[in-house]
Amino acid sequence: MRHLKILEYALSSLWRRKYKNMAIILVYAFTIAVLASILFLTHALKTEASFLLAEAPELVVQRVSAGRHELIPLEYGDRIRKIPGVAEVHPRFWGYYYDALVEANYTLLEANADHTPLEMLDGHLPAAPGECAIGSGVAAVRKIGPGDDLILVDSTNMGIVFEVTGVFRSPSDLLTNDLVILDRADLIEFFGTPPDLATDISVRVNNPKEINTIAEKIKRQMPDSRPISRSEILRTYAAVFNWRSGMMLSVFAAALVAFCILAWDKATGISAEEKREIGILKAVGWETSDILELKFWEGMAVSLTSLLLGLLAAYVHVFFLGATVLTPVIKGWSVLFPTFRLIPFIDPYQILVIGFLTVPPYVASTVIPSWKAAITDPETAMRG
Amino acid sequence: MTKHRIFIGLILLLASALGLLLLFGRSSVSARTETELRPMKTLVGALQLTDLSIWTEARYTRHPSQADRFTPFQDFPSALEHFPAGSIMAPPRKDNQRP
Repeated sequence: MRHLKILEYALSSLWRRKYKNMAIILVYAFTIAVLASILFLTHALKTEASFLLAEAPELVVQRVSAGRHELIPLEYGDRIRKIPGVAEVHPRFWGYYYDALVEANYTLLEANADHTPLEMLDGHLPAAPGECAIGSGVAAVRKIGPGDDLILVDSTNMGIVFEVTGVFRSPSDLLTNDLVILDRADLIEFFGTPPDLATDISVRVNNPKEINTIAEKIKRQMPDSRPISRSEILRTYAAVFNWRSGMMLSVFAAALVAFCILAWDKATGISAEEKREIGILKAVGWETSDILELKFWEGMAVSLTSLLLGLLAAYVHVFFLGATVLTPVIKGWSVLFPTFRLIPFIDPYQILVIGFLTVPPYVASTVIPSWKAAITDPETAMRG
Repeated sequence: MTKHRIFIGLILLLASALGLLLLFGRSSVSARTETELRPMKTLVGALQLTDLSIWTEARYTRHPSQADRFTPFQDFPSALEHFPAGSIMAPPRKDNQRP
């Protein structure tokens, strides 16, 4: 009962300075929302990437010439096929295309002929020359759909007409937004790829434990090659979406600094009015511990409300609104940028970290200066 | 003695809203994994995709896993990087790169 009365007094005290405290709650909740949005977004993207790319090729072999990725001779594939433990070798054909009409970059990719219909595709993959399947981003910027024509300019500066036979559904945007899938012969002709070269080679291995050994053998036999294993692809994505790096850290650091300034401002001193209030409370018989409890409740009321408001705002922002506020920051110059429809993978550890990083420092910065005032003589405190 | 009741009520309301959202999220994870992620995973296998289509502005941002570490600086040694996305995504880890 005594604690409830102190809480009641603390809330009345906060209410007396309601505009100031509301402003603090607003800034505090906004800071938490920014931090939590970044953490939720990066964690959800990282989890989705690791789930999806678990189906990526076990090994991709590139050729590197003069330090750059070059087209790889098909003959390399024959040599790789002879390495014991290699199950399948598949030359891949793909490349980039800049569409000057809409100033967007597309990724052109060959259609793998021997697979079943795809659930995420409305229509079908190109089965004959002159057909193409496109991502929903390409369909949106070119304002085309199944049955329409997509005209692209090839390496000889000729406009080539492809009939759109399929459009990838928007839930798959994270993978297919900028894709244009062409028949292999069309793609080779479009890019003018020499007949004995491919973009890179994907390798399937019988025993997944042997991937690294086979990668080493490929590197030894073909020193100008660069094997990239699936685990490296996964590790790259774990690093790309690491919240401790790049711009994410900058945004995170800016929000954290803003919060530190707020906490520092509170910690470096309390107003004369607050000191007088503490003096009066001491004079009417309050113990130092009661005053500390009062200040503790004041800090808890502000920080707990802000924490919950901030977490709610971050959840709604990232998982219901598709991180719309963060998107302009992370979009860069990409014309085709997928709309995030993230699956709410949330790590409870992150919520705990946000809680521990924000609530205890704020409560401490409220209690410590009051403790200084509470242990001084009531008369001195009342005189300011 | 009403303020603390309102406060406790507000905190409980906010906490239950957050709890409900987290529970809703947890249930939608399993549902959407089946309806969205599994077909997408099939897509990755069928088209042999290696990267997510997020940043389409440059080769090394479109296919971070396939790019060399120095690709952002390919124009000349110590060239400045052009593309904003390069400052958002982290560089690949050192142990990701074979010599």
